Amino acid sequence: MSRSKFLTFLLVTILALGALNIGPAQAQEPVKVTITCRCVVGGVNHNLAVWLTTFVIPTFEEAMAAEGTPVDVELVEFGGGDEQLKEQYALDLSVGSGYDIISFDGFWVPEFVGAGLLKPLAEVVGPEVNDWEGWGHISEGIQAILSYQGQRYGIPAGTDVRQIFYRKDLFEQAGIALPWQPTSWEDVLNTARTLKEAGVEIPLQINAGTAMGEATTMQGYFMVLLGAGHHLYDFEDNKWIVKSPGILDTLNFYKTVYVDEGLGDARMQLLQDGRNRSFVAFRDGQVGMLVEGDWFWRSVIAPGSETAVENRNEVVGWAMMPAKEPGAGYRGQDFVSISGGTGWLINPNTPHPQEAWAFLSYMSSRDPVRAFELIQPRISFRDDVQVAGDLVMTAMASALLQYSTVRPMLPEYPLISTEIQLMTERVVSGEMSPEEAMDAFAEAVTEIAGADNVKIIE
Amino acid sequence: MNSFLMRSWLARALLFAFSVIIAAFFVTPLLWLITAPFNTQANLAVTIPSNPSLANFEAVYNNKFAMRALFQNNLIIGGGVMVLVAGVATMASYGLSRTHVPGRDVLVYVLILFSSVVSGTAAMVPIFLLVFRLGLIDTYAGVILVMTGGLLPSAIFIMRDFIDSIPRSYEEAALVCGASSLRVFRDVALPMVRPGVVVVAIWAFVNAWGAFLIPSVLLRSPDRMPASIASYSFYTEAGTPNLTLLSAYAFLYTIPVLVLYLIVNWRFGFRFFGGIKS
Amino acid sequence: MERKHAIFPARVGIIFLTPALLFVVVFLLYPFVRVFLLSFTNQTLLGTTAPNPEFVGLDNYQRLFDPDRWMRLGEFGSALKITAQFVVGSALIGQAGMGMLIAWAFYRKRGVLREVVFTLVILAWIIPETVVAFTWVAFLDWEFGTLNSVLDTIGVGRPDWLFDRPLQSIILFNSWRGTAFSMLLFSGALETIPPSYVETAEVVGATAWQKFRDIFFPLLRGHILTDLILITLWTFNVFTPFLLTGGGPAKRTEVVSIYTYRTAFMGRHEFGKGSSIAVVMMLINLALALIYLASIRRRRAT
Repeated sequence: MSRSKFLTFLLVTILALGALNIGPAQAQEPVKVTITCRCVVGGVNHNLAVWLTTFVIPTFEEAMAAEGTPVDVELVEFGGGDEQLKEQYALDLSVGSGYDIISFDGFWVPEFVGAGLLKPLAEVVGPEVNDWEGWGHISEGIQAILSYQGQRYGIPAGTDVRQIFYRKDLFEQAGIALPWQPTSWEDVLNTARTLKEAGVEIPLQINAGTAMGEATTMQGYFMVLLGAGHHLYDFEDNKWIVKSPGILDTLNFYKTVYVDEGLGDARMQLLQDGRNRSFVAFRDGQVGMLVEGDWFWRSVIAPGSETAVENRNEVVGWAMMPAKEPGAGYRGQDFVSISGGTGWLINPNTPHPQEAWAFLSYMSSRDPVRAFELIQPRISFRDDVQVAGDLVMTAMASALLQYSTVRPMLPEYPLISTEIQLMTERVVSGEMSPEEAMDAFAEAVTEIAGADNVKIIE
Repeated sequence: MNSFLMRSWLARALLFAFSVIIAAFFVTPLLWLITAPFNTQANLAVTIPSNPSLANFEAVYNNKFAMRALFQNNLIIGGGVMVLVAGVATMASYGLSRTHVPGRDVLVYVLILFSSVVSGTAAMVPIFLLVFRLGLIDTYAGVILVMTGGLLPSAIFIMRDFIDSIPRSYEEAALVCGASSLRVFRDVALPMVRPGVVVVAIWAFVNAWGAFLIPSVLLRSPDRMPASIASYSFYTEAGTPNLTLLSAYAFLYTIPVLVLYLIVNWRFGFRFFGGIKS
Repeated sequence: MERKHAIFPARVGIIFLTPALLFVVVFLLYPFVRVFLLSFTNQTLLGTTAPNPEFVGLDNYQRLFDPDRWMRLGEFGSALKITAQFVVGSALIGQAGMGMLIAWAFYRKRGVLREVVFTLVILAWIIPETVVAFTWVAFLDWEFGTLNSVLDTIGVGRPDWLFDRPLQSIILFNSWRGTAFSMLLFSGALETIPPSYVETAEVVGATAWQKFRDIFFPLLRGHILTDLILITLWTFNVFTPFLLTGGGPAKRTEVVSIYTYRTAFMGRHEFGKGSSIAVVMMLINLALALIYLASIRRRRAT
């Protein structure tokens, strides 16, 4: 008797646990569509979450209800880091689940497609997606952010450019003429030296190291490497460039800044929260020049942010990143920049591809995009929407988009990017010489991509 | 003063000095947690607030997501893991102690070795796939079961010695009187091993209360996330931590484990009877 | 230890063990076997090796021990060396040493002093991990940290803990975090020593050290063994240093658990390779347990 009692107890426990297993509620009517992004009202990417919940979703639901096809859209806020979000996507897609519309960083696409986790939009929804009016207003270059091997996987949400931000107040103190626009690396370094003599604590900060992740590759390494004359990948030979005088020049630039002359603060590049420290130091007037993306301008030092720079428009200037020497940059350019971008994909496992597409195409149409511009001015992905009321953003976009390039859209790229971060870290920490670090990089990339897919430029 | 009194006075003074040093070492890292939440402008310094404010707590209280994480999700997950680990480990240790299981010590140690592999990051993808196959992704049950599996071997290891150290004569007497084995366990043995159950329960609860990796792999809905993950909602638009709110939330996050410990310590005494030995 | 007779037949034992057995099979044995098998494949979560993993034999293991680079910062050998220093410093000397010292200082003592010290030590052990990480980042901060304020006041200066002394920082941290377990274990063990032994020793005028060496240590051997085996294993696998340093600066605090995380998870998602690390770690822990066991046995024999 007592044994049966005990078994009942076990059963009850198991049932009780099962009862806690409440799956996402499936409403019969209207159709339910979920969208997720790294955005939280009152937290990270607050503006995006607010735009979705107070403007896009209500207006869309209203319009659909009026048409007699009600759709209920739910935003699932994700508060963790980008890497965790990527991890969750990979896990969910690999078992055929996940939310219907997902925010996505463009450079993840090839890796996911390579793993068989994504399908082109036209396959998920149907060929009619190609008739969407919006494509005519999005340039080829921006469409490429979420395209791979000639297929569109989603709609981009924006792009960015990278440049040097500088503190005009510190430049004036050091007697440097304004506006300032360097034309060679030597110009940049000499300006940093002048600032140092004038007592500026951290004259130049350019990202390196593994703690900053992709920011090191984009805002740091690429911005120097492209000025040394070539890309990470040779798009004609279809090979990764693993050793070259350009890579060596790039690493020596880092060495000059962080190791030999102390023009930058290596500590900030190596500590875990270094990127935040560099923002705080910039706000507090300790950093003369900082190489960053336009996100730094529109979000990090913008009014209302914890690291907002007071009188931002008067105090902070920007300049294009020069090539090593005029004309010595990638494609013979004088100046360089690189763009990334994020956007939205439709989950190939969605039970409601039509409704998801209806929402996605609506949120990417002119009026909602304009509404977002009013909340946070940024480089628009649509040519019929202008940057709203931020002349600096407009100027940066028109000056730099012509020079800008993108990352290689290849499944190996994310792994190779982590090797780049490691290579810069080894130089900046003084652990290795530029030559040794380049050798270790070549070895690692050869292992990742295969010996047939790498090349050396003597 | 005679030398015995002198020695005893010296011993007391030494013990006092030693206690002060140890207490200082253990408490100073926590000072920030006590002061920062009450400051309106938090940085990394320990600043006694000149004008203590509860504004941070008010802001945290208004964050429904974070509050639900702490006072609903954490309690369900922590409570579930606590009950399961303590219950299952006690039964298993009792079984191991009161019947003849060949090589039981080696067995338990091997399980601990396995649990160290399975709780590591390398196993997270296989664990995810397993939980998916069980249909328990994005459920409390999935998180509770996986965590219980990981904590169980160490819990059995700790419990085993508690149970070995209690005398068997009462149980034997009860058996002679015709009580069933489960009755003996429940009515005779359990009251005697309660201090051990309490230690293991607290240990399991504390482990589940702070867990980050397993919930972040197995849960999806913001409604079910525990506090360790909800902490991320106190980051700014640009993704930098908001120290004032984070410290206030961290403070609230710590209170329940502290209170639980104090109650248990006062009620049962929190200690390892007879230690644990192999 | 002496073996006690069984009071139940095996049939009853099985009933008591069934729930645990279910958990063990489903949530330990099964994932463990998966991890073990995966360690011989090039399985990844993303990229082209995700849908078509291949059997690669011992490649993953060989790669870990590649003699040309395994001692480089950020490679397996370096991670192993840092882990060894971390375990010796924080588990053996820090936790077990300090735990024994505290337990012994309060041997057969009750009162407020003991309550305060024990509560504080235990508090450090039960506070949630993310909270602990925050308070320690604040505690160790070069500019504002409490530790440097104290050190500066007494004239020691301001070491840049997380940058110049990262390994010492995480050792200090983990000693603080985990001492409670050893302290509780040893203080429980000390209670089992009959007071008459100690009183006899005091009568013949034994010093504190002699008492420890001749009475406590021989009686506590089993407990010390248990403690060392458990805290070594836990410290090998502890992930909290990541929240403090991220493994940096420049991988100088990259212990094996962080190395595994970086391989199997973050960025790389090579969980085939990550699995091989987990298996090697398990074997190392097994070897360490045998060494502890042998050394304690030998002492018992002499």
